[in-house]
Amino acid sequence: MTDTTSGTTFTEDGIAESEIALPRVRRRMAPIVPAQNVVGRALVSVIAIMTFLSCLTLGAVSLVRDTASVWESQISREATIQIRPEEGLDMEAALESASLVARGFPGITSARIVDRAATTRLLEPWLGSGLNIDELPVPRLIIVTINEDYPPNFARLREAIVSQVPQASLDDHRTWVDRLVTMARTTVAIGMAALALMLAATVLSVVFATRGAMAGNGHIIEVLHFVGAEGRFIARQFRRHFLVTGMKGAAAGGIGAVLVFLIVSFWSARNLATPEADQATALFGNFAIGLSGYGGVALIVVLIGMLTAATSHLTVVAYLSDIESRQSDAG
Amino acid sequence: MAEAATKVFQHLIRFENVGLRYGMGAEVLRDVSFDIPARSFQFLSGPSGAGKTSLLRLLFLSLKPTRGLITVFGKDRSRITRRELPLIRRRIGVVFQDFRLLDHLTTYENVALPLRVRGREESSYRGDVEELLKWVGLGERMHVVPPVLSGGEKQRAAIARALIEQPEILLADEPTGNVDPPLARRLLRLFIEMNRLGTAVVIATHDLGLMEQVDARRMILSGGKLDIYD
Repeated sequence: MTDTTSGTTFTEDGIAESEIALPRVRRRMAPIVPAQNVVGRALVSVIAIMTFLSCLTLGAVSLVRDTASVWESQISREATIQIRPEEGLDMEAALESASLVARGFPGITSARIVDRAATTRLLEPWLGSGLNIDELPVPRLIIVTINEDYPPNFARLREAIVSQVPQASLDDHRTWVDRLVTMARTTVAIGMAALALMLAATVLSVVFATRGAMAGNGHIIEVLHFVGAEGRFIARQFRRHFLVTGMKGAAAGGIGAVLVFLIVSFWSARNLATPEADQATALFGNFAIGLSGYGGVALIVVLIGMLTAATSHLTVVAYLSDIESRQSDAG
Repeated sequence: MAEAATKVFQHLIRFENVGLRYGMGAEVLRDVSFDIPARSFQFLSGPSGAGKTSLLRLLFLSLKPTRGLITVFGKDRSRITRRELPLIRRRIGVVFQDFRLLDHLTTYENVALPLRVRGREESSYRGDVEELLKWVGLGERMHVVPPVLSGGEKQRAAIARALIEQPEILLADEPTGNVDPPLARRLLRLFIEMNRLGTAVVIATHDLGLMEQVDARRMILSGGKLDIYD
């Protein structure tokens, strides 16, 4: 009898009489879980985008946190002594005496009196030119430069100055720094909350996208189950496949985020002299996210890869136990 | 080990007063009792909706009976654990009505799948798979994927996949449902040949013409009851 479909001749027992010489194609076996389809590509995109956003958030938070810690530890390099005019006070003598005290205090590198001319210039925008400073009760200032390595004890310094010149007050800019630090801490707290939300959103979207991608694979799980594959084997195939998929997407997102950091840091380094960059640098340093930032990006990438694999594993396990429970549906 | 089991248990599968119902519905199968002896050949027939597929699913352990006792290779079905199930399934070959071939794998890979899931190296079974594919007339279609195969070719690929592990029992659900009579006869000869080589065969079909070609035991289901004509 001749087989019309293949042209092979068969004996009565159905055994092929003429065996056609086959091209001995040696190729690797296709993976049991199909490599890529539209859903798979969508999953990679979702993972990449979510990882990118998470890493950006992480980078921004780490930037603000580093800056805040710098602010916190940093004591203003300068402090100001202000002497208020008072009836009968010899301003020049008071200035001399206060600056003398300051200069002799440990931790102070210099004390400079803002002279009349400079004070006039300072007030010019408000009071106009041609001002005779002696006619007005204008407070005078002494700029004190601080040795950053050995900062002075501000409370003692204040005491020492006030004991010599009761009209003097010392402003160590602490209030200002404190406000900045509070602001930075608030920003970090908000950033952390945003990062937590971002990570939660990433986890959820990765879980749902993975489950979506798995939904098209139900028939594969079923066939493997019916040809006698053990649950462990089936779960391993999917886990491996989705680990690779997840890592691909996460790595793309992570690399994208790192590129953004590098570009911004390069930009801020190049535009160091411009006022805009000055402003940004004053607030955020040099935009470097530091090793911990890059470490965090790597950690997010690995976690997301593992999350994808774990989700696919759980989906397979759930699917298999669903098949099992369908068996006992009847019972 | 499989051979030893066959010798000890002359009946590969035995049903005793088996009943099956889905959910709270009426019983699909009622007091079904029969056995599948080793090396036997039988047709399972009956009108559409008589419960053929349900009975096959019970035979293939993809359903549990509502009542009654099923013994598979000497083991009580209700005592078979989830871990043991894959090992027992490997001794039962199934040809599904809808073939259930994986479209992204070639014919060769589909047929090799049962061996692959056992973790065997490809070099250890390549020859066997190629030989079987030639035997079912798919020698030239080895490296194409199922979507380009004809209905008959898919059918033969599904049969080859069921046979590759040399199961002790082969269950086929309407194996000739999608093919023309000459090809149906050829597939039937394939099953007879398998049976001659030692495999017990159960063919579910409502094709009377097919059944008339072989003098074999007939199990007729009607209204959930089973009648056997030896």
